[in-house]
Amino acid sequence: MATETLTRPATSTASRSAGRRTGRRMTPGRAAVLAVAALLAVLWLVPFAWATATAFKSETDAAAPKISWIPPSGFTVDAFVKVFQDGNIPLWTWNSLYTSAAITVITLVISALVAYALSRIDFRGKKVLMVVIIASIIIPPPVLIIPLFYQMVALHMIDTSWAIILPQVIHPAMVFVLKKFFDQIPRELEEAAVMDGASRMRMFLQVVLPLSRPILAAVAIFVFIGAWNNFLWPFIATNDGSILTLPVGLQTIKSAYGIQYAQNMASALLAALPLILMFLFFQRQIIKGVATTGLAGT
Amino acid sequence: MSSLATSHDSEGQAGSLPGLSRQKQFNQAGSRSRSQGSRDNLNGWAFAAPFLAFFLVFLVWPLLYGLYMSMTGKSLTGANDSVIGFANYAEALADADMWHSLGNTLYFTVISTIPLVIVALVMAALVNVGLPAQWLWRLSYFAPYLLASTVVSLFFTWMYNPQLGLINDTLVKIGLPKVAWLNDPGVAMWAIVIATLWWTVGFNFLLYLAAMQNIPAQHYEAASLDGAGAWRQFFSITLPQLAPTTVMIVLLQILASLKIFDQVYQMTAGGPGGATRPVVQYIFETGFTGYRLGYSAAISYIFFGLIVAVSVIQFFITRRRSA
Repeated sequence: MATETLTRPATSTASRSAGRRTGRRMTPGRAAVLAVAALLAVLWLVPFAWATATAFKSETDAAAPKISWIPPSGFTVDAFVKVFQDGNIPLWTWNSLYTSAAITVITLVISALVAYALSRIDFRGKKVLMVVIIASIIIPPPVLIIPLFYQMVALHMIDTSWAIILPQVIHPAMVFVLKKFFDQIPRELEEAAVMDGASRMRMFLQVVLPLSRPILAAVAIFVFIGAWNNFLWPFIATNDGSILTLPVGLQTIKSAYGIQYAQNMASALLAALPLILMFLFFQRQIIKGVATTGLAGT
Repeated sequence: MSSLATSHDSEGQAGSLPGLSRQKQFNQAGSRSRSQGSRDNLNGWAFAAPFLAFFLVFLVWPLLYGLYMSMTGKSLTGANDSVIGFANYAEALADADMWHSLGNTLYFTVISTIPLVIVALVMAALVNVGLPAQWLWRLSYFAPYLLASTVVSLFFTWMYNPQLGLINDTLVKIGLPKVAWLNDPGVAMWAIVIATLWWTVGFNFLLYLAAMQNIPAQHYEAASLDGAGAWRQFFSITLPQLAPTTVMIVLLQILASLKIFDQVYQMTAGGPGGATRPVVQYIFETGFTGYRLGYSAAISYIFFGLIVAVSVIQFFITRRRSA
């Protein structure tokens, strides 16, 4: 195999990034790499393409025994119209949006506060607290569903959004991602504030937090994606159609529509749209966010 | 803002902290360091209090209560709350369905982890060469990770459809026989693996890509001066440099795969004939459709034991590596 560019070529950083922008001499090795990458990309895009093609068919064409990318009776938006008239997808999208946003905000606030304490304040019991939080990283959420359900019943929170939100705000691994970042912020920056007699809260809010925007964004993205796509817990915590999140709602639609293939695909695409759009707009931040926080569990 | 901190103090830790009684913040005679120390105690727990409150209520309490439940005959219908000791555990260990679901989970973990790591590595190596239009590759490989499991399941159930599905249609066109993807007990788990690979490989891909881009360019410069070709550079520099990342990704993937539930439940509901039912689904079913919360909790803890065992192995492997 003549793939002399399988690893990145040994050029300086500057010329490498220039090469990335302009494209280089097309060697046989480079062409092979491009071909394999393109093949994988096509394979990975096919499900989206096939779902899109189906969603724009009439139900008759979608269920025709001879399958086709271009339907005999042409493309139609009927399926989308029906899904919109049904009204559930917009409602569930909204439910997913605000529960995920609430989970993200609460997670950030409580995690940043405790991470600041673990990073900056010498208090009694800190080591014990640290060990307990580290140890809790290994607890798999599915283990807790039975007692959590029982707890939510006792608290009369079943079938409220609180039942979806509250148990999802504890992310011990993210506490340590934040702590590590805070550790790197020079303490000298706070000394001026100490001289002024500033409280800890002020130092946290006015010195540490503004410098921590990148890591806060990374954690927010990680938590938001997780919350948006979580299925098991919201599925258990809610039955009320008006507060279902998108993933749980879609599960009910599947059985309700039976063999309405075009409508099923239209619903799935509409459900996929918000995060895909978010990715297109914030690609760089999302990639960095996942890459920096992704290995945090260990 | 300091008022916010004090309000947390009073609710979060009343009387529970050693050292608070010695608090001498306003005592001029007290040494500066001592008053500083008690203020630190106060502040530290104040900052920890909100997290701790959620942590205790929604993690520690369910964890302990679940353990208690596992020793009772508790059911969803409210009958028989009495403590029955380890009877649930004994029953679970003799329960063929429990072992079958645990076996399915382990089988899925083994056959999913391998492609999820190797394909991710290949994708990252390809993209890291410096292909044009980086965003395109990242988008196509990573975008499925942003989908909810339900969307993935809808996509693949449709593609796996025996008569109308794209996959069987393609197989027939290239002269291969049709496959009963989700209905054949011998094939269904592989169908789930393929869907899972498509869905989540982008996450590992990004982790690999980030790690590759952190390898210093000088390594490659030195190697190419020595005349090492691309393959040689990949196996002598890239792979060894990625070793710690690979260990992490493999272990994270094992832990993630052990928790499988969503896509199985949505695509096969555990069938055909229980062939794909993972242990998390068995926990869910014994608890919520079988109404046996206590028994379900006991299985949860057997599953937890498995995860702890894997985590302990992980801890020792990673510690030895970093040592």
